[in-house]
Amino acid sequence: MRLFLTLLFRNRLAALGAVLLLALVLLCLVVPLLPLADPNVTDTPNKFLRPFSEGHLLGTDHLGRDLLSRLLWGTRLSLAVGVAAAAAAAFFGTLIGICAGYFGGWIDNGLMRLIDMIMAFPYILLALAIVAALGPGMLNALIAVAAVNVPFFARNIRGISVGLTAREFIDAARLSGQGHARIIVTELLPNVLPVIIVAISTTIGWMVLETAGLSFLGLGSQPPQADLGSMLGEARAALIAAPHTLIVPGAMIFVIVMSINLLGDGLRDALDPRLRSGALARPSPVTRIARPAPPPAETPARGVLDLDGLTTRFEVGAQVYKAVSDVSLTLGKGECLGLIGESGSGKSVTALSVTGLVASPPGVIAGGAARLDGVDLLSLPYRDLRGLRGRRIAYIFQDPLSTLHPLYRIGDQMVEAIRVHRKMPLAEARARCLDLLRTVQIPNAESRLSAYPHELSGGMRQRVGIAMALVNDPEVIIADEPTTALDVTVQAQVLALLDRLRRERGLSILFITHDFGVVGQLCDRVAVMYAGQIVEEGPTASILAAPAHPYTRRLIACVPELGGGRRQLAAIPGLPPAVNRLPAGCAFAPRCDRARPDCQRDPIALRVSGPRAARCLYPEEALS
Amino acid sequence: MTTPALQVDGLSKSFPVGRGLLRGATTMVHALQPLSLEVRPGETLGIVGESGCGKTTLARMLVGLSQPSTGTILIDGKPLDTSDRRVSSQQIQYVFQDPISSLNPRKTIRQTMETPLRILFGMDAAARTARIHEVFEAVNLRPEFLDRYPHEFSGGQAQRIGIARALLARPKIIVLDEPVSALDVSVQAQVLNLLADLKTQYGLTYLFISHDLAVIEAVSDRIAVLYFGTLVEIGAADRIFARPSHPYTRLLARSAPVVGRPLAPQDTAGAELPDPLNPPPGCAFAQRCPKVSQLCRTKVPQLQETGETQRAACHHPDQT
Repeated sequence: MRLFLTLLFRNRLAALGAVLLLALVLLCLVVPLLPLADPNVTDTPNKFLRPFSEGHLLGTDHLGRDLLSRLLWGTRLSLAVGVAAAAAAAFFGTLIGICAGYFGGWIDNGLMRLIDMIMAFPYILLALAIVAALGPGMLNALIAVAAVNVPFFARNIRGISVGLTAREFIDAARLSGQGHARIIVTELLPNVLPVIIVAISTTIGWMVLETAGLSFLGLGSQPPQADLGSMLGEARAALIAAPHTLIVPGAMIFVIVMSINLLGDGLRDALDPRLRSGALARPSPVTRIARPAPPPAETPARGVLDLDGLTTRFEVGAQVYKAVSDVSLTLGKGECLGLIGESGSGKSVTALSVTGLVASPPGVIAGGAARLDGVDLLSLPYRDLRGLRGRRIAYIFQDPLSTLHPLYRIGDQMVEAIRVHRKMPLAEARARCLDLLRTVQIPNAESRLSAYPHELSGGMRQRVGIAMALVNDPEVIIADEPTTALDVTVQAQVLALLDRLRRERGLSILFITHDFGVVGQLCDRVAVMYAGQIVEEGPTASILAAPAHPYTRRLIACVPELGGGRRQLAAIPGLPPAVNRLPAGCAFAPRCDRARPDCQRDPIALRVSGPRAARCLYPEEALS
Repeated sequence: MTTPALQVDGLSKSFPVGRGLLRGATTMVHALQPLSLEVRPGETLGIVGESGCGKTTLARMLVGLSQPSTGTILIDGKPLDTSDRRVSSQQIQYVFQDPISSLNPRKTIRQTMETPLRILFGMDAAARTARIHEVFEAVNLRPEFLDRYPHEFSGGQAQRIGIARALLARPKIIVLDEPVSALDVSVQAQVLNLLADLKTQYGLTYLFISHDLAVIEAVSDRIAVLYFGTLVEIGAADRIFARPSHPYTRLLARSAPVVGRPLAPQDTAGAELPDPLNPPPGCAFAQRCPKVSQLCRTKVPQLQETGETQRAACHHPDQT
C-alpha cells in the first residue's frame, strides 16, 4: 500500500488531480452545512447579477437564483450521479465480463454478441433512446449513462478473465472442490480488481460529462433542480449578455473531469505491473558503462573474444545486484566454450554485456573489458559497436518465437539482417538466405523463406535463428540456451548442426546452458558460474571426470543421467544467495560440505593450474 | 493379483476444431488415442513424451479437469467420480507444472491451503491449522511461510507448497505433471528426493509425467512412452531405454545428451509431428522411422508383448 502511494504521488500531475478531487468531494459533502442561499429561490429583479455582487459571490442566473449555491448543489448532484453511474456500469460490466471470460463457450459468445449490439449504436443516441423510453429525470439519465458504459467494462474484464482462467491456480481451485460462484468471487475477482479500479477511475470523468450532456438537452435533471448540465443549458440563451452564467458551471466541469482523469492516469500507471517495473523507461541502445578505466590489453590477444574482469551490476533504487563480478574468459578461434550455471548465476548477463545489450537502466557495466581481436568493444562509439552486433558477433537466443518478428516473413527478416550491415542487391541477399536455410537443413527452404515464424515448429524456428545468426559470417556466436525450449530429439539435431557448422566454418561459440550433458557433447572447455562469478574453468572432459570446485562436483552429482537407473539423487541443500546480499567470502560456502571458517572471510581468488582454474581454498582434488 | 491402484481402459480425448458459425464442429482432433494401462499400488509409473504427445491431456482427464471422450478410469476398482470432489480428492490429486502460476497471487499460502480443507472436509479452524502444519512439516517448509504471498517464494519452495496442497486430502494417487521441469537442477534434485520420501512415508502411488528421460528413469518403476497421442511402448524403467523395442523409444534414448557420447548423426527426415488435422492412416511414427515398411503406412500397429515386461505398438519391434 505504501509502495502504491509512493508510486502514485511520484507522478506530480496525479497528485494534483488527487488533491483537487479530494477538495471537491469534501466541499460537496459539507454543502448542506454551508450558509448558502436556497438554490431554487427565484428573485427576478436581481437577474444576471455579475460576480462579486453583494450577497452573490458568483452573481445570479436568469431567474435571479444565487449561482454559487446552485453551482455547489449542482456539483454535488453531478458528481454523485457520475460516481453512481460508474459504480453501476462497473458492477454489471464486471459481472458480464467475468462470466463470459470464465465460462467461455456459448455463454461467452452470447454475452459478447449482446455487448457488440449495444456498441453498434452511437452511445449518445442509445442514451437518448433509453431516456426517451424511460422519461426524463436524473435517475433515468443515470441508468442511461450506466447502460451505455457497461460494454467498456465488460470487454475489458472479459479479456483479463480469459487470461486468468487459463492459469493453473483456477484449475487448482476446481480441484479443491470450489464451485463456479466461489471461484469467481474468491479466486478471479481479487485478481481482476485492480483493472476494475483503473477502469472506474478513468471513466467517472466521461460519466460526469455524459450526464451533463443529457441534462443540457433537458433530459436529465428537471427544473428547478440544479446540476452542471442543466445550468449550462439554461445559460445558453444568455451566452452573450451574461457569459458568467455559462463560464461558472463550465469551469467546474473542466476542473472535475481534469482532476479525475489526471488521478485515473496516475492510478493506472501505479497499478499496472508492467509500468511499475519501468517499461516506460526507454532503455538506451548501449548499456551504461561506468568503468574506472578499461584494464590494459594484453598483446597479442589471447583468443578471438577475451572477457577481462567483466563486471555488470543492476542498480535498482538503493539496491545493487552484482549480476556479473570480475568474469574473465577466453574464447579461441574455432573453439566452443560452455558457460554453465543455474538461473540467476549471471551467465546470460555475461553474454549480453559483451556487446552492451544489457538493458540500461538498470544495468551498468562497472568494470572490465570485452575484446574482440584485441579491440575493446566497450570503448567503441555506438556506431561502431552497432556495426559489430550481428556481423562479427551474433546471438542465438532460447526462444526464436520471441526473437523473430511475428509480422514479417522469415526471408524478409534474414535479408534485412544482411542489408543492415552491407549493400547487397536484393536477389543476391535472398539467394544467400536460401543457401543458409539449406545449410541448416530446413526442408523446402524455398517455401520457408516466405513463411511467418508461427508457421514453423520450434525446431525449425531455432534452425532459422541459427541461419539468421550466420547471415553475415560472424566470427563469434553467442548461443544462450538455444536448445532448452526444444524436445530431446530436436535438441539432438540442433546440437549436431551447431557442431558441424563450427567445424566447417571455424566458428567460435560461447554456449550458455544449464545442462552438463549438452556441454559434455559439444564443448571443448567449460566455465562454471555461481552467483555472478566463474568458480571453475577448464577442459570439459577433465572437469567432468574430476571437478575441483565442490559446487561443480555437487551440481554434476545432482543431475540424473540416462542409464543410471532408479536412485536417490545427491541434492545440494539450500538456495543460491541473492546477488544483492552476497556473503563476504565464497558465495557457495553456506551450502558447501567442505567449507571451513576462513572460506567466509575474504574474497577467494581464482587459482590457475595449467589449463584448469578453480575459485576454492579447499578444492576436491589438488590441482596439479 | 491385487486390484490396480489405477486402471484406465480405452481412454481417449478428441477436441472439435473448425467450428463454423452455424454448423457444428467439422473435424475432430484426437489429442489422445484410446489408451489402456494399469498402475499397481505403490508403483511409480513414468509417462514420457515430447510436446504434443498427449501427456498433459491424459493427466487432466485422470484428475477430472477435463472429461474423457471415451473410456473409463477405475481407482481401486471403483469408477472415478469427479462430480463429488470429497471422494475423488481423496483418491487422486494433481501437482502442477508451473509452481508459481498454480497459486493464486492474491491469496496467502494459508488461505490457499485452507480452502480444500474447509470445503471438502468441513474442518474447523483448529483442525485445519493442525493438518496444514502436519503437511508443511512433511514437505520441510517452515510454518511462517503460511502468511506470505506466492511471489515471495522461489520455484522450489512454491513446488513444495504445491505438493503440500496435494497431500492435504490424504490421496492414494498423485499425478505429477512435469513437477520439476521449471526448477533449477540443484533444486530439482531436492524436490525429487522429497517426492521419494513422501511416497514411502505415505504409501503413495505416482503418475510421473516428464519430458526428461533421465529424470523419469531415476524415479519410475515402469515407463510409458507416448508419441502423437498414442502409447507406443511401456515397460520396466531399467530396461526400456537400455533395450527399447519401439524405434521411437530408441530415438529418444539416443537423443538424450549423455556425457561422453558423441553427438548422434542427424535423422534427416526432420522431427516434425504429423498434422493432427490430417493424421497418417498407419503408424504416426512411420515417416521418421528407419524400419518403415508398407504395412506401417497403412495399418495402425497394436500394443504387443516384446519381452517379459515390455509391450510396444510396432509392426517391426526389436525383441528385448
